[in-house]
Amino acid sequence: MSGLIVLAIYVGIFVAAFFIITRIASRTTRDYTSLKTVTFGDESAVRPNRAAGIISILTIFLLWGMFTGSSLLPSFLHAPGPFIGETSFDYTAEANGQSDTATVTVIVHPREENPTLDEPTGGDGFAKNDIISVAQWRSKLVPWDKNDDISKSDGSQVTAINGQSVNPGDTVNVTGGSVTISDKGTPNFKPYNGWQMEPLYLPAPETVVDRTIKLASEGFRGTSLYGHLGWSLFRVVAGFLLGAIVGIPLGYAMGLSNWFRGWFDPIVEFMRPVPPLALIPLVIIWAGIGEVGKIILLFLAALWIMAIAARAGVSGVNISKVHAAYSLGASKWQIMRYVIIPNSLPEIFTGARVAMGVCWGTVVAAELVAAEKGAGMMIMVASKFQNTDIVLLGIILIGIIGFGIDMLMRMAEKYLVPWKGRG
Amino acid sequence: MSELSIDNISMRFDLPNGGVVQALKNVSIDLKSGELLSILGPSGCGKTTLLNIVAGFLAPTGGVMTLNGHQIKGPDAERGMVFQQGALFEWMSVRENVGFGPSMKKMPKAEKKQTVDHLLNVVGLGDFKEKAVYELSGGMQQRVALARCLANDPDVILMDEPLGALDALTREKMQSLVLKLWKETGKTIILITHSVEEALLLGERLIVMAPRPGRIHKEYNLPFAELGVDADLREVKKHPDFGPKREEILSMIWDMEEEIMGRTEESA
Ligand SMILES: Nc1ncnc2c1ncn2[C@@H]1O[C@H](COP(=O)(O)OP(=O)(O)OP(=O)(O)O)[C@@H](O)[C@H]1O
Ligand SMILES: [Mg+2]
Repeated sequence: MSGLIVLAIYVGIFVAAFFIITRIASRTTRDYTSLKTVTFGDESAVRPNRAAGIISILTIFLLWGMFTGSSLLPSFLHAPGPFIGETSFDYTAEANGQSDTATVTVIVHPREENPTLDEPTGGDGFAKNDIISVAQWRSKLVPWDKNDDISKSDGSQVTAINGQSVNPGDTVNVTGGSVTISDKGTPNFKPYNGWQMEPLYLPAPETVVDRTIKLASEGFRGTSLYGHLGWSLFRVVAGFLLGAIVGIPLGYAMGLSNWFRGWFDPIVEFMRPVPPLALIPLVIIWAGIGEVGKIILLFLAALWIMAIAARAGVSGVNISKVHAAYSLGASKWQIMRYVIIPNSLPEIFTGARVAMGVCWGTVVAAELVAAEKGAGMMIMVASKFQNTDIVLLGIILIGIIGFGIDMLMRMAEKYLVPWKGRG
Repeated sequence: MSELSIDNISMRFDLPNGGVVQALKNVSIDLKSGELLSILGPSGCGKTTLLNIVAGFLAPTGGVMTLNGHQIKGPDAERGMVFQQGALFEWMSVRENVGFGPSMKKMPKAEKKQTVDHLLNVVGLGDFKEKAVYELSGGMQQRVALARCLANDPDVILMDEPLGALDALTREKMQSLVLKLWKETGKTIILITHSVEEALLLGERLIVMAPRPGRIHKEYNLPFAELGVDADLREVKKHPDFGPKREEILSMIWDMEEEIMGRTEESA
């Protein structure tokens, strides 16, 4: 239900922002691309709209704040929140032909609080007033007859809520929630939940930020936050480097020698479609859950990708470049050094970017399965203790680091192989 | 003494489907030092195959080639090659490309710099030494390729449609440049082209090849290259013999093309 509302708001912002921004922008920008009349179908004329990107991210945070009642947003933007505080409803009991009405006072409190309740007073007939407390998002059966003069076992029965007569299974809306009569005739009070997400499922952004600051200073499970992320990164870099050190020469050999090609092709082609995640159990059996096992796993994840990239780099060399180099007097070794290696660098960089991405995904998955340190272990353990804020911050940090790795690789690529795609 | 001798070269390709292509049959050419030979022929008559054999990239199935008395067995710096396009090293600057051959033979730095600077000035790229090759236009890239080949000081220069990818104007300028370089350096040059005019202008000798099997059909000795060294090429084209020769060769090639088309239609 509230999922549909979220979707509706999201689509609404998307459409509204589109019309507003394009109206403003079409008046201001005047460059070559804006003069193109054919843009639909011309992929080169499609550039990410910067405003759309910013609004897109803000919208996600806006929705997150709205539906968690974030204190970062003014409260008029909040989706209707859950009821909190004191409310009451009346019940009418009938026993032995007589009927009496009493009031149930309900105190709805945040989940982590546990209020002390006053003794109920009052109630002039055989039904006596009650006071109960219930946590937000939860519900509670009202022990209405506990202090009544005639209890349920003596024949008393709830027949009306707030004057509205009820049978088992009926629900009556009352201030701050609803009362449902259970099959056994006991009223069950459920406070109004509103449209917001329960913090257990989705904590507010500021909770995640606070938790991040707290983790950054205190650490998690005996290791600092940087320690966890650093261990994951270290495993990725170590596994990737080993994979590249073995995989690149292997790929070159496969691209240059019939024997190597024949020998390793079946292995590489077989291992290529095996997802590294499928190797986790085997690696754990063979090497245990320690660092060695993880680095072997990441080594295997990077190895095939790098070997295939290097092989593609060799086979991608324009034969007339090789011929030209031979005609200019180059030896085999010089061809390797001055033609094949530089010509394959763009492919190798592309492979390295893919391999780093795969390694980063694989390390998190491996840590989810078994680890004492690492980003994956952090979110796994946090989820067991329902620390959703840590799970969220873990996911966000994993995403940011993965993105950062890719950006760094792209920058290195731009700097080191400026000739990419210009041959 | 004839420098380059191509003696009775044959080349057959065995196709994977069991078929056989006789790309060249009994081709013999003798080239004296400093001669400029252009080769013309319909598409598929084996021109590239012949040049690749002379360059040493392919071993012929029959015949021998010798250069200055020794047999050609593989690629070597004595035979330079200029390709149609895409053979420059885009990871090197213009200067490094031209200096590639000298670097391979470990020429001293100062000498190499002098050679490279001189050749880049000759081809008119003195101001583009530090540019990346992919920043140059197609015509400039071919000038780099020429300079790179010359920097190695080969005995023979082999060119496979070196100007084929250029526009008409650039092409004409480059034709003058080729003639100028030929005269200045005195190199033996074999040049393959699709253009009859280019073959006439850039060939002291002109060989027309015929297809299936690839063979020498007719050979000419021409005055135009010698004339074009000093004169404007457009003037050379006004020479009274130029037009008739062009028409003669054009209709010769046209007939061959028609024969091929007819044959393929029959077999189809
Ligand atoms: N590696 C090969 N395997 C099989 N056949 C080949 C091979 N290389 C060339 N051929 C055949 O040999 C013949 C001559 O080819 P070649 O490339 O030398 O022709 P060309 O005269 O250079 O043509 P173009 O003017 O189009 O460049 C063609 O029929 C071609 O199909
Ligand atoms: Mg009671």
